[in-house]
Amino acid sequence: MGAGHGGPLGSAYVARDTVVHRLPAHVALVAVVAFALVVVATPVRAAWAPAYAGYAVLVLGAAALARVPAGRLLRGLAVELPFVVFALLLPVVARGPRVEVLGLSLSESGLLAAGGLLAKATLSVLAATVLAATTTPQDLVRGMQRLRLPAVLVQILSFMVRYADVVAGELRRMRVARESRGFRGRGPGALKVVAGTAGALFVRSYERGERVHLAMLSRGGDGRLPAGPALAVPARTWLTGLALPLSAAALLAAGMLGA
Amino acid sequence: MSTPPSLLVEDLAFAYPDGHQALFGVDLRLERGERVALLGPNGAGKTTLVLHLNGILAGGRGRVSVAGLPVEKRNLPEVRRRVGIVFQDPDDQLFMPTVGEDVAFGPRNLGLPEPEVAARVAAALEQVGMAGSADRPPHHLSFGQRRRVAVATVLSMHPEVLVLDEPSSNLDPAGRRELAEVLTGLPVTMLMVTHDLPYALQLCPRSVVLDGGVVVADGPTREVLADADLLAAHRLELPYGFDPSRA
Repeated sequence: MGAGHGGPLGSAYVARDTVVHRLPAHVALVAVVAFALVVVATPVRAAWAPAYAGYAVLVLGAAALARVPAGRLLRGLAVELPFVVFALLLPVVARGPRVEVLGLSLSESGLLAAGGLLAKATLSVLAATVLAATTTPQDLVRGMQRLRLPAVLVQILSFMVRYADVVAGELRRMRVARESRGFRGRGPGALKVVAGTAGALFVRSYERGERVHLAMLSRGGDGRLPAGPALAVPARTWLTGLALPLSAAALLAAGMLGA
Repeated sequence: MSTPPSLLVEDLAFAYPDGHQALFGVDLRLERGERVALLGPNGAGKTTLVLHLNGILAGGRGRVSVAGLPVEKRNLPEVRRRVGIVFQDPDDQLFMPTVGEDVAFGPRNLGLPEPEVAARVAAALEQVGMAGSADRPPHHLSFGQRRRVAVATVLSMHPEVLVLDEPSSNLDPAGRRELAEVLTGLPVTMLMVTHDLPYALQLCPRSVVLDGGVVVADGPTREVLADADLLAAHRLELPYGFDPSRA
């Protein structure tokens, strides 16, 4: 059944005991979002390449500190692939002065934009991967609740974390039941069967939602998920967590002053 | 004045909005500390009756009161504290990210202060033999453990009546026995809906048979289960080879 913490969702988590893992989820969340904002705010020009290199050193340093394996980081980058495709197209379709690269006529501004896009996306995804590898889904949801993100959004995420495993289990049982009766899953006829499965899964999940609601009402629930006590976070912990975005911001400020 | 019964159901009748009538005048009285099995075939109205006990369903004829408090709209928060329902599928009951937060859900809804919530969570998990599991996500537990945690989620509200819907379903024999040990040790009034007749005999001195929306039998479990004609008339069957007079 569940692989690691949080079932299929929690397979991103790498259990270790490091200073990064010990950061409270909401501190880590703020740190990663702030880091991404600094990265995004950095101008896209060739002169800024050292700043980007500095960001890369910072985020890889954080990954090393958290002892996140390189393979895990690479797998995290997979979500970036659609952006990569888009970035590869940019130099071909963009206008403006052109340069010859390996016999291809490419747009200069397109190349720059593609480089900037790739750099920003890679850095942000790396930071998010470190966050996912060092924080369980349960703690992430709690961190969002603590940061006072919209309650409905947090509840939806919380139920997703709780029930991803249950729904995946149902889907697996339905697949086994299908295949046990000789279903092979090829050709257009198979599509009808798979669509039926999806429909059945939706109805089952909907009915489960109704039963969960009933169970909540029975225990005096009124639509809110009451949070537990929030332990105060000492300033030093905040400083540790925010070291990443603060260093990045320092790089950005240095670049601004130098320009 | 004597203490009121834990649960008093008087002439309860109910039809669903689609016209299907599920209950035709049910009377039931549970004294304090009694453990009673509610038996009956599928479609007898057992679930409909259970959902009336904490006011999820209402609006038909008759009255329900819990330890003297009538089940009506203005009393619902207190009624739902007094009646703890443990539903059949623990995955429906356990919806919070961790066991501890789930057991704390009810007490927090009651507005209890945090130290009291923490004490109740610890005590409830201890009662079901799951102490030390507060930080675990529910899907890391075995089915039997999840069922016991589901019991803890209502125990933490200090209920007057514990209502269990098919508590032994899907449990392996050891899980079934462990749950029985937990349940017999609880100092609460208990109503257990079940098809598992040996389990009813083991845990409940008294049984009530519901069929067609009315109570058709009410007596000591051993006598109810020994009445072969009664069982046959209401689609109840003992497991092969099981003799209630020797158990």
